[in-house]
This record gives sequence, structure tokens and C-alpha cells, in this order.
Amino acid sequence: MENSIKILADKCVGCGICESECPFSAISMLERSEEHARKFKLAVIDLNKCTYCGACKQICKFSAVELKKCRPQAEIDKSLYKGVWIYAEQRHGKISNIAYELLSEGRRLAEKLGTFLGAVLIGSNIKSKAQELIDRGADKVYICDDPVFVEFQDDPYTSILTQLIKKEKPEIILMGATNIGRSFASRVAAKIHTGLTADCTSLEIDTVTKNLQQTRPAFGGNIMATILTSRHRPQMSTVRHKVFKEAKIETGRKGEVIEYKVDVKTLLNRTKFLGFIKSAVNYVNLLEAEIIVSGGRGLGKPEGFRLIEELAECLGGAVGASRAAVDSGWIPDIHQVGQTGKTVSPKVYIACGISGQIQHRVGMGSSDIIIAINKDATCPMMQIASYALEGDLYEIIPNIIKEIKSSKSV
Amino acid sequence: MNIIVCIKQVPSMANVQIDPETGRLQRDGVESVINPFDEYAIEEGVRIREKAGGKVIVITMGPPQAESALREAISKGADEAILISDKVFGGADTLATSYTLSSAIKFIGDYDLIICGRQASDGDTAQVGPGTAEMLNIPHITYVKKIELLGDKSIRVERIMEDGCDLIESPLPALLTVGKEINVPRISSLKGKMLAKKAVIKTLDAATINADAKRIGLNGSPTQVIKIFTPPQRTCGEKLTGDAKKIAVALVKRLSELGIA
Repeated sequence: MENSIKILADKCVGCGICESECPFSAISMLERSEEHARKFKLAVIDLNKCTYCGACKQICKFSAVELKKCRPQAEIDKSLYKGVWIYAEQRHGKISNIAYELLSEGRRLAEKLGTFLGAVLIGSNIKSKAQELIDRGADKVYICDDPVFVEFQDDPYTSILTQLIKKEKPEIILMGATNIGRSFASRVAAKIHTGLTADCTSLEIDTVTKNLQQTRPAFGGNIMATILTSRHRPQMSTVRHKVFKEAKIETGRKGEVIEYKVDVKTLLNRTKFLGFIKSAVNYVNLLEAEIIVSGGRGLGKPEGFRLIEELAECLGGAVGASRAAVDSGWIPDIHQVGQTGKTVSPKVYIACGISGQIQHRVGMGSSDIIIAINKDATCPMMQIASYALEGDLYEIIPNIIKEIKSSKSV
Repeated sequence: MNIIVCIKQVPSMANVQIDPETGRLQRDGVESVINPFDEYAIEEGVRIREKAGGKVIVITMGPPQAESALREAISKGADEAILISDKVFGGADTLATSYTLSSAIKFIGDYDLIICGRQASDGDTAQVGPGTAEMLNIPHITYVKKIELLGDKSIRVERIMEDGCDLIESPLPALLTVGKEINVPRISSLKGKMLAKKAVIKTLDAATINADAKRIGLNGSPTQVIKIFTPPQRTCGEKLTGDAKKIAVALVKRLSELGIA
């Protein structure tokens, strides 16, 4: 049986709600043919665009959408899969903060499922780091320690994680949506043939089915989608920096360290690591910053970023920029926030002279507090700001700096 | 050097407006464009061909309308374009899409390099590139900002990491994903536009590429969307106006109440 979806012509009143709701622009409202009794328009679904997501069925007040989903049954015995895993990403021998964030969320999910929390650590000479992961909530740490893993490369890392998954059968794996994680997780999911949901902002366990409900933004955060991987295991998700809080340290916590025997002959290793060029700016600083001060076209000149830097320094924050500022050559692109740059969600985002085009907003719209400084009170950024400061940034920012300094000195 | 560039047609973000009442996307009149990241992939493919010879084949999986994205790619210098389109591909998630693209690429055959944009602007997953490489059993490298050919059997690339760049050498064929750091795409030339208009675009369906029905479309997708909703929209909080000093004092007072400054 194939999937089918259709609009029941006798129920559709042509209200058009489904047309505006469809995330895939697959519905259009057409005039009805003359022989039909009704005068209303009729919703028509373009099956080339439809993904059978059911958004139209959900929203239709007239039960005019008939959706039949034909879903094959699970091909695996899901009861064989136990435990929640996180991938403990390390870079140059240091565990990334994202691993601690995943441990806190992983802990919560493991407790809901009544199972254990495992952490996978792959690298060279990293055994000593296992206790850090246990102190932050891991019950088991799987260690794959071999010189071949000294630098991240997709081939050998994919081979080893795939072997480990096949042997241990975890039900959930969380990975960071980092440059490494996004590449690595995609390759592993394709190799073991399971579902992977990118950039999840909320994870829950369905109390009945025990499936992981993964919620993520799409269309730059204008739409949220909840996604299941109900027929496959493990269920894999990636999560961006700062979505979850870091797990607290409980010194001396007990856990099991499992050293997985690495047989280098069984690993793919087609690419060759030649070297690393350290950059002057580490943009993890931007991704992990609690406070970001960003400058845009409204600065008017490259020197404006000195003021931005001064304010950022004064608040202990990082410097961001809009595409307009980067394209003008005022600041390197490593600072760019937005669709073609980084996605950030700090506690406080201060947008200075940034009008707030959608391409910028998708990169910072989930910040806790947005402060906009702009001459134009009607621009989009001022409309969404928690605090909208109307005026000349070259007058306001120096006053803010002065005020912060004097409040600190009190 | 035969290069395959995988692209996706997406709604243009430049024109997307949010309905302030409902918070929904207003899609009326929103045009479809080549995914912004794929523009860099096309440009890089064309630049490599200009240096090393061979041809650039642009492919996309999508509805028949996606043909316009392929024509645009030709206007920007691609030699051939192929549309992978079939109703049974509908509803594909990233895994099913990777499988479909890899099946089409196997059908096309002779290739040395595959280049993709690092992610699509609508789905934002960055999963299809690596997934396709896995199913073709070739290496992949993501976030590439520089490609250097070492003869016709291998390449050396710079891969962007959070703290700098990794230098990696890979045998060919390989799949690379790229973003805005790699080049500045050209605009279509008049000659290119004329070629695009005349180009014959082949369509491959599921039967032609010998795709396994269990691995394509909705049924071949391990992930299922069960709910779609619009997040609450942000609205303006407090407006601070007046002279600069007064605004600054008011802001710092609020920040210190929040424990920030």
C-alpha cells in the first residue's frame, strides 16, 4: 500500500488555513469546476511537494484532509537496545563543553527510561579523562584509545563508533552539533542505517512507546517540528552549544570504565591528517559566550568595531557581526552570526546598528534577552528586542561602558 | 576531472516575511532559489574544471519545478544538469535522500569529485553530504574552505574547525561540503543564460536509477515528523528613549537587576 493524502471535496470550505500552514508550500487554493455545487475554493495538494507530514490534517477544522500513512513495521527488536549514550567530543585531548551539556540532558533521559547513561570517548592517550565524565553523570565510559585517533577524521572514527554501537546496542545517542559532530553523526547514521535529527532544542521520552521525541527548528526557526525515529535504533540526535546546561561535577562519583579493544586493521582510514593551523580567534568562544555584542551596517565604518569590542570586553562577552559588516570587510567572517554564519543563543545578545533581516535573526533569535541599539525604532530588530534602545549607538554605547565601569567600582 | 555538484532548490529567505498576527511564514509569491550554500559548490566545481578540464554535472532531487534551479546552475557555468524526480521520492528524510542521490550518482558513473553546499537553508541539517558519501563508500570532508588538486588522484583541503583549520589529504573520488569561505560565486553571464535556456535537462526516475523501493521516499525514511508548530513570536519588550546618558543608565540598571552587569 502506498501513502495517500487527499482533500475531501465535500468537506473543504476553501478557508485556506491549510495553504498557509503547509511547511512545504504543497497546497494551493483553486476555483472549483462549474458543475460542482459549492462556490468555495478547493484546496489542492501538489503530491510532488507533499511529504505527508500531516500538518494540514492537524489544522483543518472541517476534517477535510484524509491521510493514510503506510509505515513498514520495525525491522529490529527494539527491546535489545538499552542505555542512553552521549559522544564525548574531545579536541586536542581536551573534552569539549558540549559533552558536559549532553551529559546533563542524557542523565535526565536515562532516568526517565530507567536505564544507564554511557559516554563514548575516542582519542589518543585520553584514558585519564574518563573520570571527568563519570563525575558529571556518566555511569559507563567506553574508551577507544589508540594513536590512530589522535586527530579527528571521519573514516576511523566512524568505523570504531559503528563497531561499538553494533556490539553494545544503545537506544539513544546524543552528539554535539559541532563541526565534528555534524559530520561524524551523519556518517555513522548512514552506515548503521538509522534516523538522525539535527540541532534538537528539546528532547522528551514518550511515556507509552518510550520513543524519543526530538524537537528541532526548521526554516530558520520559523517552524518547529517534532520528530520520531520509531522503527530504528539507536535514535540519534545532535544538539547545539548552550541548548542544555552543563552537568554539575560530583567529585569521586562511581562509574564503570570500559576499554574497547581497537583493532586498527578493521578501521577505514582513507584520508590523511597533515596538520592544524590554529586561528587567532576560536569561534567556540562565540558559540559558548553568555553575552554577545554584535555590530552591523549601522556602525558605518570599520572603527566602529573598536567600540563593540570595548563593550564586549567590559561585559566579559564575545564579538559578533552581521553579514553586512563582514561583507564590508570591517571584521573577519569568523564573527558572522546568521544564516550563512553561526547560530548562537547567548543569555544576552546586544545588536548594535543591526536592522534585523531574517537572515540575521535566524542566527540569534533564540537568545534569552535581546538588546537592540538603533536610530530606526521601526526596524525588525527593535520590534523583537527585550530592550529597544533608540538613538545613536556612538552616543549610547560609550555611556553604557561608563555606567558599567562606575557601577563596578562602587 | 569530472565533478558532480549536488544542489537543492529552497524557498528564498530574502523574501520570507512573518505574519505579525499569526507568526506564520507568508509564502505568497516567495520565489524558489538555489540553496545559498550550493552557489559556492557550483562555483568551486566550475573553477576546478577551468583549471583541470573535464565537466561539471549538477544534480538535484526534487519536484519537476526544481528544473529552474538546474538551469540557473548551467547559466553559472555547469556543463550538464540532471533532475532526479519521481513521486515515490516524496517525503524523504536525509537518509532516504542520501540513498536516492547516491543511487543516481552510481547511475551517472564516471566521477572524480562531488561537491555539496554545507547544508540547506530550509532544513539546515548538513546530513545529506556525509550520508551520500557513506552510501557511495567514498571519503568525505565537511566545511572545506580551500581545495588543492594533487594530480588527478588526490586532493589536499583545508577544513574549518571551531579553533582553526585542519589540513587533510584525501584520495579521489571524494565528497566535499563547502560554505561561503571558499569563493565568491560569479553572476550568470549572458552566454550562460542562453546556454541555460537551450539546455536539455535529463530526468532520472526511481526505476532508471534502480532504487530500492524500501529505501526511498517516506517509507525509506527512519525519521517521521509527527508534529509541526509555530513557536511563540518575540515581541518588543521595553523601549528606552531619551538622551544617551538616560538610556544607558536605565539599561545598566536592568542588566544589574538581572545579575549581568
